[in-house]
Amino acid sequence: MGKPTIPEEEFTYPGSTGCPGCGANLVMRYLLKGLGDRTILSIPACCWAVMPGYWPSNCLKVPLLYTAFEATGAAISGLRAALDVKGVKDVTIVGFAGDGGTVDIGLQAMSGAAERRTDAIYVMYDNEAYMNTGIQRSGSTPWGAWTTTTPVGSTHGFKHEAKKDIMAIMQAHRIPYAATVSVAHPEDFVKKVAKAKEVKGFRFIHALSPCPPGWRMNPMHVVEVARLAVDTHAFPLYEIENGRVRITRKGKGLPVSEYLRFQGRFSHLTDAEIAAIQKTINENWEMLQTKETSGT
Amino acid sequence: MRQVMTGNYASAYGAKLARAEVIAAYPITPQTSIVEKLADFVATGELKAQFIPVESEHSAMAACIAAETAGARTYTATSSHGLTLMHEVLMWASGARLPIVMTNVSRAMAPPWSVWVDHMDSIAQRDTGWLQFYCQSNQEALDTIIMAYKVCESSAVMLPAMVVMDAFILSHTSEPVDLPSQELVDSFLPPYSPDLKIEVGKPMGFGSLVKPDQYMEFRYKAMLGMKASRDRLLRVEQEFKSIFGREHGGLLERYMCDDADVVLVAAGSVAATAKDVVDSMRTKGHRVGLARIRSFRPFPHDEIRALAAKVEGIAVLDRSYTFGSAGAMYTETKASAYSINKRPIMKNYIAGLGGRDITPRVLEKIFEDIQVVSKRGAEDEVEWVDVAGLPRRWR
Repeated sequence: MGKPTIPEEEFTYPGSTGCPGCGANLVMRYLLKGLGDRTILSIPACCWAVMPGYWPSNCLKVPLLYTAFEATGAAISGLRAALDVKGVKDVTIVGFAGDGGTVDIGLQAMSGAAERRTDAIYVMYDNEAYMNTGIQRSGSTPWGAWTTTTPVGSTHGFKHEAKKDIMAIMQAHRIPYAATVSVAHPEDFVKKVAKAKEVKGFRFIHALSPCPPGWRMNPMHVVEVARLAVDTHAFPLYEIENGRVRITRKGKGLPVSEYLRFQGRFSHLTDAEIAAIQKTINENWEMLQTKETSGT
Repeated sequence: MRQVMTGNYASAYGAKLARAEVIAAYPITPQTSIVEKLADFVATGELKAQFIPVESEHSAMAACIAAETAGARTYTATSSHGLTLMHEVLMWASGARLPIVMTNVSRAMAPPWSVWVDHMDSIAQRDTGWLQFYCQSNQEALDTIIMAYKVCESSAVMLPAMVVMDAFILSHTSEPVDLPSQELVDSFLPPYSPDLKIEVGKPMGFGSLVKPDQYMEFRYKAMLGMKASRDRLLRVEQEFKSIFGREHGGLLERYMCDDADVVLVAAGSVAATAKDVVDSMRTKGHRVGLARIRSFRPFPHDEIRALAAKVEGIAVLDRSYTFGSAGAMYTETKASAYSINKRPIMKNYIAGLGGRDITPRVLEKIFEDIQVVSKRGAEDEVEWVDVAGLPRRWR
C-alpha cells in the first residue's frame, strides 16, 4: 500500500445520520483532517444539524455549537470574542453551513463577520438546494435544475435563475483567503484547509457537496460526479489569496453533458438548454483564467 | 459616588460594574447611548471586554449566545424593533440555559413609527423564557443589571434576563445615581463560572437534536429554573441591600397597600408618578395604594394573591395591548387573583401607548374610577385611557 496522501487520523466517529453516499459527510471528514481537534464548530440549521445524531450521541470529535439558521456569522464572532477575552489561543473557530444558510438566509451575518475580519473559517458545503427540508431551490441552485419548488411540469418551470457567485461575493469582502474544494480531490481539499488554518482573519471555503437524493443520482456516483464537476469546469478548483486568483486544478475540459447526465435533476433539459449551460460555463471558465492571469 | 446621569449611562455603568466580558450590540434609538458608552469604556481600557459591532440585533443576540456558551459573561442592549427582530434567538438563549443579561429600552412598535415609550416590545417577548424586570428609576436600572447576573447565573436558574427601562422617560432623563465601587460590586458578584461550557478537548454538541421522548424534559427543567428564579431574586435582593443599602421591592413593590381599599397595579416609570398621586389622594382621605410589577417574569403570583385578598378593587394599567384580549399585566394579575375566595373587582386601563404622557391627573381619574367600579362593578372591563373621540374626558 502506498503512503497516504492525506492525514490518516479521523475526527468523526461512525454514526452520522447522513444519507447513503452523502457528499457532506466527506466534506466534514476532509475538513477536520485538515484542521485537527483544536477546532470548535458552529452549525446552523442544515443537513449537518441533524447528521451528528440525536442527543446525547454525537459523531464529531470536536465540540459543536448549534445555532439558528441565519446566525452562523454571528455565532463564530461570539465564540472568537469569548476565546479572546479568556486568552484562549490556538483554537480554530469554524462556521459550517449549507448553501441556503450561507448565500440566502445567512448572507447578512456572514457578510458582517467577514467585514469585522472575524478570525474564523467559514465553510459552505454546497449541495445546491435546501436538501434537509426536501430539495427546495436556493440562491445556489444552478440554472436548469429541477427542485420541488422549481418543478418542471408542462411549463418547463425548472430554475431559470443563475447560481449566486458566492466566491465573488467573498472576494469583494477583501478577505485574506477563499478557496473552492471538492470531495473528489481530497489532497487539494486538505491542503487548502490546512493553508486556511494558518491565515489570520476571515477565511472562506466553498465545498461542492453532491447530494444523491437531491440531485436524483445513484449514491455510488458521488465522487465521480464531484470529479466531473471539476473536469467540466462546472465547479473549478481555485483559491483567492489576498485577492490573487490561482486555479489549482485545470480539469480536463470535458463537455458539461458528461456531468449533467448522471443527475436526474437535469434530465428534462433539451440539447439547446444544455448548450446554453455549456456556453455559460465556458464564459465563466475564461473569466476565471483571465482573473488568474491578471492577478485579480 | 453619586453622579447625575441618564438611564442609558446608568445601564452602561451597570454592565461595566458587572464586568461584562463580551458585548455585542447594534444601534437603535433610544438605546444607542448605552452601547456608545460601553464602546468608550472598552476603547479606553476601563472595561476589559470584547466589543462586537454586529450588523443586526439578531446577530447581537446570536453572538452573545455563542460567547456565553464559551463561558464569557455577556451583555447587550436593544429596543423595540431590535428586540422583536431577536425573537427567535431570545428563545434560543433561554432554551440553551444561558444567563445573558440585556437591557431593553422599551419603545412602541411601528407602524406608525414611534420612538417613544410603551411596553409592546417586551410584552411580546413574554413567552421567550426570559426573566423580565421593569425599572422605575435610573438607579434601579443599574442595580437590576448587577442583580440580574447574580440571579441568572445561579446553577438552579441559568436563564437570561431582560432589564426593561422606559424610553426617554428613563433612558434620556438625568437623575442622581449612586455608582457603587468596583470592589463592592466584585464582593457581591463573583466571576461567571458555568458548570458546562464549549471548549476544545471536550467534544460535545450544544443544542443537539432531541426526539419527542426527550424534548419535554428540557422544557420542564427550564420551567424549574424560572420557578427557582423567584426565591433567588428575593434572596439576591436582600444580599444586595445588606451590601449597598438599598432595595427595589422584590417581585412586586407595594406602596401604601396595607390598608388600601383600591390599588393600582402598574410597571415602569409611571409607578413613580403614581406614588405621588397616592400621596396626594391619601391626604384627602382616600385609601389608595400602588403595586408595581417589578418582575413580570417570573410573575409575582403569590404577592398578587395576597394583595387581592385584602382590597376591594384593583386597577391594572397596561402600557401595551394584546389584541383580541386585554393588557397582559391585567390578564395575568386577574389570573393570579382568581384562586382566592373573595375576589376584588378588577379593571384594565390601557394608557400611555407610543409615549403618550400619563399625567398625575390621568392616574387620579383611574383611582377615582376604580373606587366607583369596586362598589358597583365595571361596565367595560378594558378601557382605553385618553384616546381622542372617546366620550370620557381624562384631562
